[in-house]
Amino acid sequence: MTTTLAPDAVPVNRIGLRKIDYNGASSTLCNGCGHYSIANVIVGAAYDLSLDPTRIAKISGIGCSSKSPAYFLGTSHSINGLHGRMPSLATGATTVNRELIAIGVSGDGDTGSIGLGQFKHLLRRNVDMVYIIENNGVYGLTKGQLSATADLGQKIRHGGVNGTPPLDLCMEAIIAGCGFVARSFAGDSRQLQTLLKAAFSHRGTAVLNVLSPCVTFNNGEGSTKSYLWGKEHDQPLHEISFIPLDHEEIRAEYGPDDIKEVTLHDGSIIRLKKTATEYDPTNRLAAITLLEEERVGQHFTTGLLYVNEERQTLVEHENMVALPLVHLPAEKLRPSRDALDRINARFM
Amino acid sequence: MAATDVPVHPTTHAVVDLAPLSNDFSITIATVNGSGSQSANNTLLRAIHRMGVPVSGKNIFPSNIQGLPTWFTVRVSKDGYLGRCEQARILVAMNRASIREDVAALASGGICLFPVDFPPPVMRDDVTFYPMPVDELVKLSGVENRLKPYIANMVYVGVLAYLLDMDLNEVEEAVSYHFSGKQKAITLNYGTLKAAYDWSMVHLDRKHPYRVEPMDATKGTFLIDGNCAAALGAIFGGVQFVAWYPITPSTSIVDNLSEYLPLLRREADGTATYSIVQAEDELAVMGMVVGAGWAGARSMTATSGPGLSLMAEFAGYAYFAEIPVVIWDVQRMGPSTGLPTRVAQDDILAAYTLGHGDGRHVCLIPATVAECFEFGGTALDLAERLQTVVIVLSDLDLGMNLWPTRPFVFPDKPLDRGKVLSAEELTALQGKWQRYADVDGDGVCYRTLPGTRHPEAAYFTRGTGHNEAAAYSERPEDWSANLIRLAKKHDYARTVVPAPVIDLVAGAEIGLISYGSTDAALQEVRDLLAAAGVPTSYLRLRALPLESGLTDFIAGHKRIYVIENNLDGQMHGLIRLHSPGTAGRIVSIAQCDGFPLSPRWIRESIVANEVKEIS
Repeated sequence: MTTTLAPDAVPVNRIGLRKIDYNGASSTLCNGCGHYSIANVIVGAAYDLSLDPTRIAKISGIGCSSKSPAYFLGTSHSINGLHGRMPSLATGATTVNRELIAIGVSGDGDTGSIGLGQFKHLLRRNVDMVYIIENNGVYGLTKGQLSATADLGQKIRHGGVNGTPPLDLCMEAIIAGCGFVARSFAGDSRQLQTLLKAAFSHRGTAVLNVLSPCVTFNNGEGSTKSYLWGKEHDQPLHEISFIPLDHEEIRAEYGPDDIKEVTLHDGSIIRLKKTATEYDPTNRLAAITLLEEERVGQHFTTGLLYVNEERQTLVEHENMVALPLVHLPAEKLRPSRDALDRINARFM
Repeated sequence: MAATDVPVHPTTHAVVDLAPLSNDFSITIATVNGSGSQSANNTLLRAIHRMGVPVSGKNIFPSNIQGLPTWFTVRVSKDGYLGRCEQARILVAMNRASIREDVAALASGGICLFPVDFPPPVMRDDVTFYPMPVDELVKLSGVENRLKPYIANMVYVGVLAYLLDMDLNEVEEAVSYHFSGKQKAITLNYGTLKAAYDWSMVHLDRKHPYRVEPMDATKGTFLIDGNCAAALGAIFGGVQFVAWYPITPSTSIVDNLSEYLPLLRREADGTATYSIVQAEDELAVMGMVVGAGWAGARSMTATSGPGLSLMAEFAGYAYFAEIPVVIWDVQRMGPSTGLPTRVAQDDILAAYTLGHGDGRHVCLIPATVAECFEFGGTALDLAERLQTVVIVLSDLDLGMNLWPTRPFVFPDKPLDRGKVLSAEELTALQGKWQRYADVDGDGVCYRTLPGTRHPEAAYFTRGTGHNEAAAYSERPEDWSANLIRLAKKHDYARTVVPAPVIDLVAGAEIGLISYGSTDAALQEVRDLLAAAGVPTSYLRLRALPLESGLTDFIAGHKRIYVIENNLDGQMHGLIRLHSPGTAGRIVSIAQCDGFPLSPRWIRESIVANEVKEIS
């Protein structure tokens, strides 16, 4: 994309960083884990977008997914918090430093089970961040228990079959007022990386619910969260491409009839090329209908399900100074001696 | 009809005669909660304070919005005693439901004011009863029906003002203060009050000993509650981020932050230099303040016991990840609904050890509203300096009642932001730093903030399992070394937390130890004991961890009494652990019944133990 060639011929991006500069520590995830593919996609998207890693904050909860921020963007600050509480950490951190580019990484147990309340309230507040759910329907670190996204009939390791219907975290996100909801598959890194780039440009919370198979505990025959199932059932809503603001490319690659473009607040463009059916991702009701049809038919539709940038973000709503709160000098934080005199006088 | 023409009802005078008693008595005003008596009660309190007479008030209220009994007690004390007085000499009986018990509780020789339409069912002959034509006087005020119950309360202020011979100008000033100069409200309320005063002058016989006589003891002081003082202290301490969830009795800290931050911390263009977020629960509150503290903001919340429990896991996390946050815990009784509107000092152990694992938290314990203001900033300074959780242990009595104070003092030290490495400093260090390396030997390491524009700035934050470089580690020596360093940091904290306030009395064999709002009773306790020939020294704790001044104090006295408002003697337990060699002579004076400890009960408890020791 914006890559140029450095004298030593190692490609660097617009801010002079090589792709390996976005790498993290060596992964300790299982071989073939979907989360690892997602980590690579994050590296690729951040490199392509020339994001400054020192501006990025990685925030996670507890679980295999929440460990994964160690394995990408090694020169970004990261906080691995408590189970289900990535959203509150992210809310605090992004509110006091509005310049941070926040990536939250969570799992289906972390977000859908223990953290469902925090997830929904974060979306209500519209915290400006990318929220990735690495969804495999199972608890990995505790070895194979059911999460809230486990499908009916999912077998568990220590006996039994799931009889409790799953939560669809995309549906939950849309109902909670989220303005960017996408579903993707760790096995389709091209689509995922495009969605992720668009998510970085979105104003407000962007939720990416990614099927990320657990190769150890939920990848077998009959699993609805396996690689095989994902490959066989993946139905992309559209062919998606993302054109950042600074890109030279001019639109109109396709004819106007089967193309829908969504221009984000920063001027970047999400371009959606129609596949089988007509779908308007700016229509909230259409998104809800789609997800309900999907639930009934057990489909796996991927792509940008819903986008709407109308809502204010938490930071915008708070009417704070333009400078991040954490950069304010002491004289902005402590009122004057005169101010205290006036307060004292009020009570006299 | 003029107010003074309202028909007379007979006054029943007590058969006991007492010598005049000025400026040394307690008033109980019994009302129904939700009836708007707070305006009347605060007016009375302020008027007495304005007359130069030391006064304090305690609101004993139910966990309910409307309809249950509430008692407001006003202690008038020429000696400046602020402790709870158990028995009132004056009763304003505005609550039909509790009037029988209220009259029975009155001191012999006391007086009782009651609305004429519900006289007490039992008339004691050692009490003087004054009927008040409340309804008639309210009717005469011409106020609309909706406001009648509120105005009715001003009637008893007017009658009391006459019976106690108060300065009417000061009463009017107090009304004006309460209604922030809003003329319509002042005219209505003061008009009713004055009508009641005039009526009393014509119809009531001041044949009782109680008077408020002007003094000069409150000059240069004002009345304020601890929660308001705490909020102001935090604002002048540079608070940047507040997350919270409503819970009695801490809510008014955030109410006051929401009122004063916009006045004090907005730019000329109206933008804020702070943020307040009401979270969905205390789990999220603590995540938000930890996230903000991690990102480099002065971050705080306010809560009470049940909320503190929900914050436990994140408090432990912040201790081990070394993230500065401040929690104001305004203590109350019990879990669940418990007695949320009653006071206790019962979170001492819970707060000190909040979370799992070996963590211990720095706790600050204010005893006065001035200290609530001071610790508002001190807590933020210490949290950032020590990179840890600081819990301020206030309580309902201190936080929600009005206390006299001198004007708050502007902080004399700049904000202490602790050891934070900037991009420039990282460059000077050639990027060589380790997040959890004890470079200075005080157990406090250097940190960087997210967003620091330096390729070596980042580190990975986790609760446990990290080495000095903040890399994941399960090696036993790494974890053990980290725990030992954290313990060292805690020892360093002993040297920088507010030291105890100590009053050593030459020749005193007995040392008293107390803390927080219980301090309000201690001066009187010591005076009572001294009058009985028992001199005492006194140490008031202001912080955890405990420090060496306490050790010396214990060593210097034959017997130590630790006085506190919880049943288990929680601080007593910590002190005995701190000073195990002398544990045998450290006695617990502890009680928890929902009320502030009374000086009488404390004195009697000490005397009983002394008698036992001697015999």
